[in-house]
Amino acid sequence: MEALIALVIGVLTASGVFLALRGQTFPVVLGLTFLSYAVNLFLFVMGRLAIGVPPVISDAAAYTDPLPQALVLTAIVISFGMTAFVIVLALKARAELGNDHVDGMHSDEDAAR
Amino acid sequence: MTLFFAVLTPFVGAALVALASRLGRSYSAWAAGAVTLAALLWLAPSFPLPFAGTTLIQQHDWMPALGLNLAFRLDGLALLFAGMILGIGLLIVLYARYYLSERDSMGRFYSYLMLFMGSMLGIVLSENLIQLLVFWELTSLSSFLLISYWQHREEARHGARMALAVTGLGGFAMLGGFLLLGHIVGSYELSDVFASGDLIREHPLYVPTLVLILLGVFTKSAQFPFHFWLPHAMAAPTPVSAYLHSATMVKAGVFLLARLYPALSGTPEWFWLVSGAGLATLLLGAYVALFKHDLKGLLAYSTISHLGLITLLFGLSTPLAAVAGVFHIINHATFKASLFMAAGIIDHEAGTRDMRRLNGLWTFMPYTATLAMVAAAAMAGVPLLNGFLSKEMFFAEAAHISADHLGGWTLAALVTLAGALAVAYSIRFIHEVFFNGEPTDLPRTPHEPPRWMKVPVEILVVLCLVVGIAPALTVAPLLAVGAAGTLQAPLPEYHLALWHGFNPALAMSLIALAGGATIYALRRPLFALQERYLDRLDARVVYNALLDALFALSQWITRTLDTGSLQRQVFFFLVAALLLGLAPWFGSATPLAGNRQGLPLDPVSLLAGFTLIVASLATVWLHRQRLVALITIGVVGLVVSLAFVKFSAPDLALTQLSVEIVTIVLLLLALYFLPQHAARERNLGRVWRDGAIALVAGSGTALLAWAVLTRPYDTIAGYFLDNSVPGGGGTNVVNVILVDFRGYDTLGEITVLALAGLGIYALLENLRLDAPDRDAAGRAWNRDPYPLIMATLTQLLLPLALLVAVFILLRGHNQPGGGFIAGLVTAVALIVQYLAHGSAHMRERLSGATQPVIAAGLALATFTGLASWAFEHPFLTSTFGHMHWPVVGDFELASAMAFDLGVFLVVVGATLLILVNLGALHDSRIARKAHR
Repeated sequence: MEALIALVIGVLTASGVFLALRGQTFPVVLGLTFLSYAVNLFLFVMGRLAIGVPPVISDAAAYTDPLPQALVLTAIVISFGMTAFVIVLALKARAELGNDHVDGMHSDEDAAR
Repeated sequence: MTLFFAVLTPFVGAALVALASRLGRSYSAWAAGAVTLAALLWLAPSFPLPFAGTTLIQQHDWMPALGLNLAFRLDGLALLFAGMILGIGLLIVLYARYYLSERDSMGRFYSYLMLFMGSMLGIVLSENLIQLLVFWELTSLSSFLLISYWQHREEARHGARMALAVTGLGGFAMLGGFLLLGHIVGSYELSDVFASGDLIREHPLYVPTLVLILLGVFTKSAQFPFHFWLPHAMAAPTPVSAYLHSATMVKAGVFLLARLYPALSGTPEWFWLVSGAGLATLLLGAYVALFKHDLKGLLAYSTISHLGLITLLFGLSTPLAAVAGVFHIINHATFKASLFMAAGIIDHEAGTRDMRRLNGLWTFMPYTATLAMVAAAAMAGVPLLNGFLSKEMFFAEAAHISADHLGGWTLAALVTLAGALAVAYSIRFIHEVFFNGEPTDLPRTPHEPPRWMKVPVEILVVLCLVVGIAPALTVAPLLAVGAAGTLQAPLPEYHLALWHGFNPALAMSLIALAGGATIYALRRPLFALQERYLDRLDARVVYNALLDALFALSQWITRTLDTGSLQRQVFFFLVAALLLGLAPWFGSATPLAGNRQGLPLDPVSLLAGFTLIVASLATVWLHRQRLVALITIGVVGLVVSLAFVKFSAPDLALTQLSVEIVTIVLLLLALYFLPQHAARERNLGRVWRDGAIALVAGSGTALLAWAVLTRPYDTIAGYFLDNSVPGGGGTNVVNVILVDFRGYDTLGEITVLALAGLGIYALLENLRLDAPDRDAAGRAWNRDPYPLIMATLTQLLLPLALLVAVFILLRGHNQPGGGFIAGLVTAVALIVQYLAHGSAHMRERLSGATQPVIAAGLALATFTGLASWAFEHPFLTSTFGHMHWPVVGDFELASAMAFDLGVFLVVVGATLLILVNLGALHDSRIARKAHR
């Protein structure tokens, strides 16, 4: 199971990095979303994998680590705020510069580079 | 606390003085005088203490763990300097009132002056070294403001910048020196430092400590080779020069020499470094001063020379030399302040400071001339004046040391030469300005200045005289207490008297006087030589070359790295991160995998993982078909939330799920305004390159995750699990961490979210975007009204959805849920309305409501935190209790719930703010279409 999770994190990171390096805004936003998934999962699994032991105090004998969960919970919300901000920034850039390239290049030919 | 208030008074006064200037020009001068007097009054009750042999130390803990305390000290040395700073400060305030012209802002001048005065007082009264350094830097900053007071003049700005650069650099070195000193002694308190003199001198870090501290001292006190900033600082108004270069700024350096004398002196390193720099400065300053045609330039170099003299005295490391150093500090402050003021008067009344044009002023201003001549004679060291006494002590010490150490009479000969040069430039000052024929083409006819402009000069000149004639009756107690404060030990035996009999010092004085007169008589060939060859040597050239090189380097770095392309920046950033991440992998003998027992792999998880990987790769592959990419990334997000479900994180699963929905709706809205299709990339090389980077990054992260997951670990989770119920009153540990244990973090996070929402609101305001009429395949957009069945159904569901949200919020403390999730669920419920009814419908109901909701949420969260102050608990301490409600039964109520409600409100407000405003873009577009 650990190997699968590590592989998943790797794929998410690779997808995120590749998309973040694209020139147009939309794939960059997708890339950042991927990176958020990857980072959140990575932080979360620092508490190690455990099944059926949620950190809610009851009669149970064991609980998983609540701390990474608390960290990741706020991280998810903050990454939403960041994604929203970036996408609106992309819209603003498109309105001001007339294209959707991260460097604000003007001609379509440049944008396709 | 009195010492602290004395230091604080000028800082507070700076603001008052600026305000007072609104009443009229003189008011700020009166206010500045009052502030200076007030500072003196705070100190006055403590003045007798050092004379009685007590050192007053007032201490208040600030950050004791770091050795930082608010600590002040009044001993003899501090008393002497505080007296000079405030006393001469008062005279400067009076003088400047008449010096500044109608066009100069009085309020600004006196504010800066008060800031500077406060910083100087802070230096001399500090007991803690770090605190001393803070004030030290403050003097650099406030002197920058004072020197650049005439901002419209290029040379003022340049001089101020140079002073700041040189003294700032020295201050930085001194910080290093103080940290080392603190490391050696184990404390930053001066009392401890004085007590550990031997420890410091024998420590292996003594030399670096000494060098770093001396760098600070030498830059501040304009010692060779850092002397060049001082003449350029003469671009300041003359009252500033009179203050900075007599009693304060440059004396801060020698003050520090005196202050740390008991801890650092007495070693060969100290002797050679300090007295070497002092001797070089003494000779260089005296020599250059002789050739300056500018009155203030002459005084500037003479100041450099006298500072060198004082430094040399402290460098000699004998108790008697230190006493002479303290004595010369006092004397130099009095005669140099009066000379600067006299130069200011001449400049003010004659319109120039050029000695080639100023001649024969005796006939125009005999009174000022007399004052200036007495002060200049003191500078030259003529008997019956104070300068003679300390110079005599200086000669005696130099002769004494020469006889013992330095190859015969070398030192004695050199200091006598410096003395002769000092006599020569003093004669030149007197002769060329007041006699030597008639003035040549002066801008205006000189005359005596206003009555009160002369008073400060008179007071100082009288001091020069009485000290010079009757030292034992006047200055002796002050000198004794100041020298005792410097040495922190019993004073050596010395006599302050005019006549010590025939001895080497008297001979040196006489040779210097005669030699000076001879040099002045032979000045014409000397001037010719100087102008022909030596004028071109200027330390400033080196400084400018260094500065230019530094600027060129930083420009080169900026040009090379910042090409204006964000895409390239991301590339650089990722490659740098990869290299840093990869470096530790090489040469490490640790095996990759640990020995922790993992979980078995089950088919469902395998299928989910496979789905996620396929969906991710599909998103990357199809990212140019944007709608499809959005759907596949949605699949990725869903699988991630399933992973949270699987691995015991119900809160995370709920959060991820609701965020996923909101994000996809948001991206859909945005997609409408972005090009539907992206052009195919033509640069295949870049695709391969990025693919390689992605592959390395992905494998690196995967391996790292694998390495961590296969190792056991220690966690602090036990604390949270144990204390969640007894300490936080909730069984859902994740929620208790968020709203209680780490509530402060959460407060910061909802603030960030609120700011993101407001930032988006600001970005979208007045944004005009044109979206295409047709989609990529050429089909026109569907203009159907919103589906009726969906609209009706969602309206029915809304109360139910909101009820669910309230339920999730309320149970959050004990069961999965809480403010974040409830907020997102509410937002989703409202967004469904939005999808069903259109944004116009929602905007009617929501616009303008979101910002108050955010504000209310933040306020609620903050006030919940503040409320714990009312019960004398730290910020955000939570409390809880059990209540019995009829019907419902036992019910637990925690103050953290109010905090969670604040979180809820911020999340709902920010999410809706973003979506409603993005939706409004569509509206305005459709409205414009219809209008057309």
